[in-house]
Amino acid sequence: MKVVINGIDKMIPNDVTTIQQLLEHLKIGEKKAVVERNGNILTKDEHKNEAIEEGDRIEIVHFVGGG
Amino acid sequence: MLKIGPYTFRSRLFLGTGKYDSAETQNKAIAASETEVLTFAVRRMNIFDETKPDPFESTDVSKFKLLPNTAGAKTAEEAVRIAKMAKAADMCDMVKVEVIGCDKTLLPDPIETLRASEMLLEEGFTVLAYTSDDVVLARRLRELGVHAVMPGAAPIGTGLGIINPYNLQHIIEQSDVPVIVDAGIGSPKDAAYAMELGADGILLNTAVSDAKDPEKMAAAMKYAVEAGRLGYEAGRIEKKFYASASSPTEGLSRV
Repeated sequence: MKVVINGIDKMIPNDVTTIQQLLEHLKIGEKKAVVERNGNILTKDEHKNEAIEEGDRIEIVHFVGGG
Repeated sequence: MLKIGPYTFRSRLFLGTGKYDSAETQNKAIAASETEVLTFAVRRMNIFDETKPDPFESTDVSKFKLLPNTAGAKTAEEAVRIAKMAKAADMCDMVKVEVIGCDKTLLPDPIETLRASEMLLEEGFTVLAYTSDDVVLARRLRELGVHAVMPGAAPIGTGLGIINPYNLQHIIEQSDVPVIVDAGIGSPKDAAYAMELGADGILLNTAVSDAKDPEKMAAAMKYAVEAGRLGYEAGRIEKKFYASASSPTEGLSRV
């Protein structure tokens, strides 16, 4: 299925159906990522049950150095 | 002790984490500064570009209070979104409101800063508002209920030091919440000066990260902040036009 991740069109396997599975698929499961799905910021607890659907706009952000 | 909202800090020096050459240099500077508060930005993860490692991963942040900024935001709504993303990481509820309104000077947009602060206070954040050295804007932010005001000494990254000590003194004198001088600090002298004027703390980044020896400069800033604070508490002497001898004028031995 096709989704937009951080502004880039990406094909992801059809067995990736939740945010948690997406983070695992992208190998960022253990990192301190914050995910926003279609403008809705998710808490970590919500990753497990939040579904992914065709055409979703996913933002994955984290802390970087800054002043 | 410095109290901001529900938090208490021994160190009055907050350190930014941007622009270091390497994670090793950054970690040494952080240690030398003895800071308890580190600032961060929130950005998209480099998921598809493994050639850009995240230098931040090598820093153990568990010992620090994290202060995410909303840098990159140009409107209050964008700032609120960034702050909420930072909070969703479960690492902090403090936020440095930073809404830039001018690309050349990186000075904050006063109206969007005020709006963002109001919205974030309503959401329950501990709000530290980065502002210009405008006396009235600082007051308006305090009236909203921000937990600290953070007037810039000079524009971000310029190292120009305190451009308007007059305004800064008025902000400090009027403030009933901590005043953290943020941005524009160039050297330990600037940090000490701000503290002598009565600032409650200093937030700096470039002055350390871009110094020839960031670790040494971090230590220097630590001492400068402490010296300035002690000097403020001790109370400096009046400036006088005429000299007055420190040694006794009587009892001089003569030939």
